[in-house]
Amino acid sequence: MQRRVTFDSRLLPYLLLAPQVAVTLVFFIWPAAQAVWQSVHLQDAFGIRSEFVWFENFTYVLSDPNYLDTLQTTVIFSVAVTVLAMGVALLLAVLADSKIKGASAYKTLLIWPYALAPAVAAVLWMFIFNPDIGSFGRALRAMGYDWDYRLNGGQALLMVILAASWKQVSYNFIFFLAGLQAIPRSVMEAASIDGAGPVRRFWTITFPLLSPTTFFLLVVDMVYAFFETFGTIHALTQGGPGKATETLIFRVYQDGVVNNDLGGSSAQSVILMVIVIALTAVQFRFVERKVHYS
Amino acid sequence: MATVEIRNVRKSYGPVEAIKGIDIAIQDGEFLVLLGPSGCGKSTLLRMVAGLEGITGGEIAIGGRVVNHLDPKDRDIAMVFQNYALYPHMTVFDNMAYGLKIRGIPKAEIRARVDKAAEILELGRFLDRRPSQLSGGQRQRVAMGRAIVREPAAFLFDEPLSNLDAKLRTQMRVEIKRLQDRLGITSLYVTHDQVEAMTLADRILVMNHGVAEQIGTPLEVYQRPASLFVAGFIGSPPMNVLDGRIDDRGEAVLVPGGQRLLLPRPRPTDAGRPVKLGIRPEHMAVAAEGFSIEIELVEALGADTVVYGRLPDGETLLVRMAGIPTVRERDRLTVAPQDGALHLFDAVTGRRME
Ligand SMILES: Nc1ncnc2c1ncn2[C@@H]1O[C@H](COP(=O)(O)OP(=O)(O)O)[C@@H](O)[C@H]1O
Ligand SMILES: [Mg+2]
Repeated sequence: MQRRVTFDSRLLPYLLLAPQVAVTLVFFIWPAAQAVWQSVHLQDAFGIRSEFVWFENFTYVLSDPNYLDTLQTTVIFSVAVTVLAMGVALLLAVLADSKIKGASAYKTLLIWPYALAPAVAAVLWMFIFNPDIGSFGRALRAMGYDWDYRLNGGQALLMVILAASWKQVSYNFIFFLAGLQAIPRSVMEAASIDGAGPVRRFWTITFPLLSPTTFFLLVVDMVYAFFETFGTIHALTQGGPGKATETLIFRVYQDGVVNNDLGGSSAQSVILMVIVIALTAVQFRFVERKVHYS
Repeated sequence: MATVEIRNVRKSYGPVEAIKGIDIAIQDGEFLVLLGPSGCGKSTLLRMVAGLEGITGGEIAIGGRVVNHLDPKDRDIAMVFQNYALYPHMTVFDNMAYGLKIRGIPKAEIRARVDKAAEILELGRFLDRRPSQLSGGQRQRVAMGRAIVREPAAFLFDEPLSNLDAKLRTQMRVEIKRLQDRLGITSLYVTHDQVEAMTLADRILVMNHGVAEQIGTPLEVYQRPASLFVAGFIGSPPMNVLDGRIDDRGEAVLVPGGQRLLLPRPRPTDAGRPVKLGIRPEHMAVAAEGFSIEIELVEALGADTVVYGRLPDGETLLVRMAGIPTVRERDRLTVAPQDGALHLFDAVTGRRME
């Protein structure tokens, strides 16, 4: 039976909503509005006067070939992180689901990376991949492979992709596992009686039934790769060597905080916001149609 | 079409033995019902036949071929689950066609088989719908259709009607019976509902705690229950069971309260032996002398009436009478068993005494 709560006061619902609205206003809407405002102004070096410059900041940013390189890096980085984080998580979840007895220990182990601060995670990765002190890094060099992500841009990009994916795998895993466990056992049994082997069962039953989860994680992971990987990149490579691991979000920070170009940095944030909003809209528009919600 | 043989089959979950050695040979085209209370191991046995559970001991053969180590897909069986287990993301047509596509049957034949099944089950209008757009009864039919189109050697049903309301259950029961008569496919049907068992079965296997208490036709099981358990499980309201003792001459049973019930034939070898005495409520009738009861409750079912009486020693005695009630609560009544209505069971083992 469903119980319905009724409010005597008309005011109460608004009061209950107020803190959430306030937090959103102060910590999201206000800074976002500021970024938009900044993006159409030019400040002098001392930050005293600012001048309205229309879209000058935007044309400046978009005509910078470096910016387009960064955009390309971001696309490679984001697609790779999303595919890797989701693929590995799905594989692990399927393995855990088939042997659910050990799964709780397994789950705890897997959730650790998610709980680690990016800086701590970066230290861990250094212990593994640093060419001088990292176990794996030294092993690679001992085998004669020229491993040094501090000099080689491709290797650096590979490493931040691995590190950023690794942090997101646990999150994806929990959702995939929950999605898998929501599929009734008897449906899988019916399919095996109908003659489907494990691989066919996965592609014709499991995967389609997981599609709401997959779609949700696709959106979340894309946003993660665009926005939330700043800490990981900052701690591991600071965007280098050169600009090999500089993504859009990293560049916003670099230009705004380090180089103190508030107008250009704000224009970049606005572009970034537009990109993510557009991506999410596209995903909802085109991918969601293929999703089966039961 | 095929026989299904179950030879001394056992199943253990760790130290717990869920199936303790069951033997039965199901004839080609026979409808066998596995009947028993919840947790007695019916589903486990059925799932072992399906290949969804491993077999701890013994042998299962389908169509003369031992299938112990075959995957479910290689056993040529189809199964209908209690929760239907339809593929939620597929249409009704695709649900039924799934197994056929996997088996590489040509498209035209798949179409023909599904259409035929849909016609039999009156599902023609729903072929393009998803399971979520169907009622419980319609989903049940789709599950049946998915089994039929496969044309398997045997059908396995695990409480297929338990999720339906009473009226629909009766209706589907009749349909399943008709379908099986028409298709003649060997069927194993699990239920805890004795009415389903009595109406559907060619033979019933009554299970309790992982053993077969009795295997027989519905009437055999009703008329000659092999144990107290079967006697209590089959028949509604359940059989009256009284403590008794065979008299010293082996001619009658003495029950507390001084009643002396004559045995149909004397059993001198059992003289003095304690027994359990079973009498079905429908085999009791008002008589000049017999059990004197005080009526506690009268249930009027319309076609007949169930009277709950209390014997002088406090035991409850049920009497079923035809028609509407002629007695009232707190009335006193004398009832006696009809001729040949006595069932005797060993007081210790609970087995029937022949
Ligand atoms: N996977 C399992 N692990 C342990 N015990 C089980 C398992 N499946 C069933 N059992 C036990 O086996 C017995 C029979 O179960 P089941 O065949 O489902 O009974 P039924 O279908 O007659 O209600 C029950 O006591 C149940 O607890
Ligand atoms: Mg069961």
